[in-house]
Amino acid sequence: MGRTLAQKVWEQHVVRRADGEPDLLYIDLHLIHEVTSPQAFEGLRLAGRSVRRPDLTVATEDHNVPTTPGPISDPVSKTQVDTLRANCKEFGVKLFPMGDAEQGIVHIIGPQLGLTQPGMTIVCGDSHTSTHGAFGALSFGIGTSEVEHVMATQTLPLNPFKTMAINIEGELPDGVTSKDIILAVIAKIGTGGGQGYVLEYRGSAVRSMSMEARMTMCNMSIEAGARAGMVAPDQTTFDYLKGRDHAPTGADWDAAVAAWSQLTTDDDAEFDAEVDIDASALTPFVTWGTNPGQGLPLSSNVPDPETFSGENEKAAAQRAIEYMGLTPGTPLREISVDTVFLGSCTNGRIEDLRAAAAIIKGRKVAPGVRMLVVPGSAKVRLQAEAEGLDKVFSDAGAEWRLAGCSMCLGMNPDQLSAGERSASTSNRNFEGRQGKGGRTHLVSPLVAAATAVRGTLSSPADLAPSA
Amino acid sequence: MEKFTQHTGVGVPLRRSNVDTDQIIPAVYLKRVTRTGFEDGLFAAWRGDETFVLNNPAYASGSVLVAGPDFGTGSSREHAVWALMDYGFRVVLSSRFADIFRGNSGKAGLLAAQLRQEDIELLWKLLENEPGTQVTVDLEHRTVTAGEHVFGFQVDDYIRWRLLEGLDDISLTLRHADDITNFESERPSWKPSAAPA
Repeated sequence: MGRTLAQKVWEQHVVRRADGEPDLLYIDLHLIHEVTSPQAFEGLRLAGRSVRRPDLTVATEDHNVPTTPGPISDPVSKTQVDTLRANCKEFGVKLFPMGDAEQGIVHIIGPQLGLTQPGMTIVCGDSHTSTHGAFGALSFGIGTSEVEHVMATQTLPLNPFKTMAINIEGELPDGVTSKDIILAVIAKIGTGGGQGYVLEYRGSAVRSMSMEARMTMCNMSIEAGARAGMVAPDQTTFDYLKGRDHAPTGADWDAAVAAWSQLTTDDDAEFDAEVDIDASALTPFVTWGTNPGQGLPLSSNVPDPETFSGENEKAAAQRAIEYMGLTPGTPLREISVDTVFLGSCTNGRIEDLRAAAAIIKGRKVAPGVRMLVVPGSAKVRLQAEAEGLDKVFSDAGAEWRLAGCSMCLGMNPDQLSAGERSASTSNRNFEGRQGKGGRTHLVSPLVAAATAVRGTLSSPADLAPSA
Repeated sequence: MEKFTQHTGVGVPLRRSNVDTDQIIPAVYLKRVTRTGFEDGLFAAWRGDETFVLNNPAYASGSVLVAGPDFGTGSSREHAVWALMDYGFRVVLSSRFADIFRGNSGKAGLLAAQLRQEDIELLWKLLENEPGTQVTVDLEHRTVTAGEHVFGFQVDDYIRWRLLEGLDDISLTLRHADDITNFESERPSWKPSAAPA
């Protein structure tokens, strides 16, 4: 029987296999940031161990960094970043610090540098490591104990994942993006539906997507409970990689492309589960609740908890609606927001900024609405500024910021205050995620831009023609 | 890691599904660089609510958390496991755990034991009717005992073995350092390196 893409990549990385034990898997690239690494470095120090492959390890500062110019004002945040710097120096790990042209959110800079390549195993102490699967890499988030394990051994003991095909056929309608697809997938299979699986996104809709759109989709695989999401590499992947700093060159490039081209699921391979999505039937999708599975098409109303099956589901919906301060039956389009956040490892890339800017251009952010635009990396910011996108956003009344994780999780000063409501292009609408008491609706960059203009959850189709 | 064979302690009914790691410990508590002292961040937002279960003195000394399905979803932060352990929990029972959380628990020495949802519901009723009820979790025999009830639970065989033996993962892997070196000698030369080209 044939093998799936995930199985092929797995098999290429098995260092050791023994009965009754997990496989020992080699890790090609270990990405590090300041939040989940200090205790791992400390563990190495206590045991007298070194980082086995500093040349396969890259660090950046992203979670704590302020997005306004100047140093970190919170002393605790500053200590964490200083600790990363000292650790990287001590253990010989390459670091892209604040102010560096390559600094940015860890999942944005890997692809940008060409470090993320097909067929690799990539890990990071961050659940959105699934992003890198867009290149056909097997890439997943790990905890701090595992971070230490990878530092010390460049391997991880793991039990094989099951595989689930997400078949997305058809052409996406105008105004519908890969963010809407993934929100629809999560609503369909639930936040636990992908548990134990690697999702492989397949089908004509995926093949016609840009690398950045694929990254957005793979990024949120974890929100469906899956550790990883993957897309088989193709010409789009190779074109994206060619010429990047760490991409192979010359004869190495040819050898690499030959190897990468083998990384497709065999026709006779069988997935453990399959889900079908009709891309042509999708419309803009937003969340109404407090987990990413609680989403609906923007044209819907806030659901009535009584319509959910099972007591636990009813109670969960009731609790979410109360936390969100919503009333069942209210059209989602009538929900007004205080803040719009455009950014994060989900939607903080240049194409996201371009798409939102195209909507914002010549329009104004609605009175009383704060719009934050946070590029995912310093490179994305510089590119956007070269294209004049910063001016488009500033002219509309939005705030143009420096790169970082920012309001996705509010570890820096960019936070919602209690009761404040956001439309956010990030990945999690958990209670308090963007600030204690804050309320989050997850949306695409297009919906974010239209919402900023109208002040209520909206799609570009809801906007009057711009002047 | 400390060995885990059997544990008896007060059961705490947490009647919620989808308890994500942002709820277990919010991001603002993750700025520390230490490995301990995270108990103040545990369920920080919910502990402000006086009706929250841990604010009931009968449960305050609890060490066996009985939670709804999809416990530990979201962020990979191992701080969630540390916060639970720093507070005093040794076991979490749920009908479904998020993968990363389950893995982190096994590494840090917290037992994440999977029960059937109907057994969780029964435990909830029992613990709510008689707050302070002791629950015994036996890893050797994979059983949970509360009052006259005995439930079986599932746990990964390898994690169970490591917990029973109290073994450190890294030392186990380093026994196979030669295999790692051999594998490295055969990696394609075009694989990327973080070192400048």
